[in-house]
Amino acid sequence: MSFMQMRMIIGFITLCAALLCLPMAAAGAPAQADQVYINASTYVAERFAGEPPAQETLWPSSDLRTQLKNILGHAPSLRFKYWGAGGKTVWILDEIGKDRPITAGVTITDNRIEDVQVLVFRESRGWEVKYEFFTSQFANLWLDRDQQLSGKVDNITGATLSVKAMKRMAKAALLMHRATPQAQTTLADAR
Amino acid sequence: MVLVRALVILGILGAGWSTRAYAQEPSLVDLYKLVAAQGEQIKLLTQELDATKAKLASTDADVKITEERLVSTVEFVEQQSTGNADGANWWDRTRVGGYAEVHYNNIDAEDDSRNKKETDIHRYVLYVNHEYNDRVRFFSELEVEHGLVKDTADGSNSGEVEIEQAFIEVDLNGNHQAKAGLFLLPVGILNETHEPNTFYGVERNNVESIILPATWWENGAAVSGQYASGISWDFAVHSGLEMPTSGSSSYRIRSGRQKSSNASAEDLAFTGRLSFSGVPGLQLSGAYQHQTDMSQEAGDGVGEGRLLTAHAIYNQGGFQLRALWAQWEIDGDLIGQAGADDQSGWYVEPSYRFALPTSNLFTAMGVYSRFEDLQGYREQDQFEQWEVGMNLWPTDNVVFKIDYRDRSHQVSAAQGRDFKAIDLGVGLQF
Repeated sequence: MSFMQMRMIIGFITLCAALLCLPMAAAGAPAQADQVYINASTYVAERFAGEPPAQETLWPSSDLRTQLKNILGHAPSLRFKYWGAGGKTVWILDEIGKDRPITAGVTITDNRIEDVQVLVFRESRGWEVKYEFFTSQFANLWLDRDQQLSGKVDNITGATLSVKAMKRMAKAALLMHRATPQAQTTLADAR
Repeated sequence: MVLVRALVILGILGAGWSTRAYAQEPSLVDLYKLVAAQGEQIKLLTQELDATKAKLASTDADVKITEERLVSTVEFVEQQSTGNADGANWWDRTRVGGYAEVHYNNIDAEDDSRNKKETDIHRYVLYVNHEYNDRVRFFSELEVEHGLVKDTADGSNSGEVEIEQAFIEVDLNGNHQAKAGLFLLPVGILNETHEPNTFYGVERNNVESIILPATWWENGAAVSGQYASGISWDFAVHSGLEMPTSGSSSYRIRSGRQKSSNASAEDLAFTGRLSFSGVPGLQLSGAYQHQTDMSQEAGDGVGEGRLLTAHAIYNQGGFQLRALWAQWEIDGDLIGQAGADDQSGWYVEPSYRFALPTSNLFTAMGVYSRFEDLQGYREQDQFEQWEVGMNLWPTDNVVFKIDYRDRSHQVSAAQGRDFKAIDLGVGLQF
């Protein structure tokens, strides 16, 4: 083995050790399971300024289930949990990108997307979708008559399936928001 | 409520009594009987009301129990049908998938003896991935190329069974991972993402075959990191190429792949990549690889090799532009004399993808054009190629392809290999 190879291997091992120690040095504690970026209850509390309303359940009607199936490309869940107050609803949804479910929080206000965040990312590719430079594209989009997002969300090369999963969750949340009392509140206010 | 009803009854009775007063005055005994009867009636009504209240409370409790049972049933059904997102069970943490592509090539060559009409199941790949826990996971891919593998007396055989990936990945922390085993090298566009529904053209581009020998995997270890700015990096130490120095494939990069089969580890290689994808729609990436000995043999006139490659991908709506460049520089007297010490190639590929109406059989259609310039070592690996074609997707994971290729070689001795071809293909992943 040449001197250069030895140097590279030693450098590689040192790099691994340094990265492994990084979270311990920063937080003073061993690293935890790292795929959870923000837990659901924290996300909900943040979206309602620290005063989250009680959790509610939406049981989609037959018609809504059909529309959700068209958006998701598979049979939707029998019921969806959400939090709602005023004209705002918050949804925690799971969709598979390539192999594993991505858990995202989607906040809808006045039938527009207020915020999208990845809460848990389990995929091997498509890490870009969890960062703000991607999720900020969803802000203020709404669902048009063809049940498409009102604006474009640019793809990320190598992360197409994760991007599509994120779009499906955003569209599903917008659609389900319409079926909640919070959407009716908004409509009543508009009148 | 009962009191109101009683008062109403009393009122009615009272009215009747006052009417009868004109006819006949009731006695005190009559009045006593009347009040006693009304008291009895009020008592009965009160009992009925209490019974109704009790029944209502019981019904409320039943409804609550039924609701809880319904929710439990729904949760159970959902877990059975979709799996548990948290993966409590091993089968929820194990995924099976794959991809396949079947081609038809109709090649009209300058030298008629090289004409070819052929159909081939180019590759069928199955993958199995398993998550041991939230931080440790296994990836694998097993591929059969060209439909079958058979024993032949002379060893000729177009098919191959290959393990393309078999590695363990560990999360070091939220942004850094390490992996060890057999993995795809972080170079180029197609090497890591090559499912047929993700690229244009029935056949893959030639630069990522002749210069970057995709699909290219090696045994080794790697670390990687990704950051909120959109910057990511990879660094890998792995087995190197064993490039032939004689025969018809001499100095051919692609023939140097050891495919992890009893691979010589006399001279290792190192690959580093830096990428930026912090602007949606844009990806910029550059990679460098150092081979400590391209032939794995000292003193044979072939020494160190350096690969430098860069690519850009830009998406704007349906428009996409891909461009890639790659170059090898190889040290050594013998390879220098042969003129194989510098091999390079580049391509550019604009495309446009249209969404089709939902009533259509196909959900999307894409058209593309590609130009490639190859400067490999062998005469047949020095050519320019134009290509146009179309992809049709009935669903995201299935694609039908058609394209037209026009290849022109630069060396006159190889111009019999010039060809025009029409290709058809179907590809899928699941």
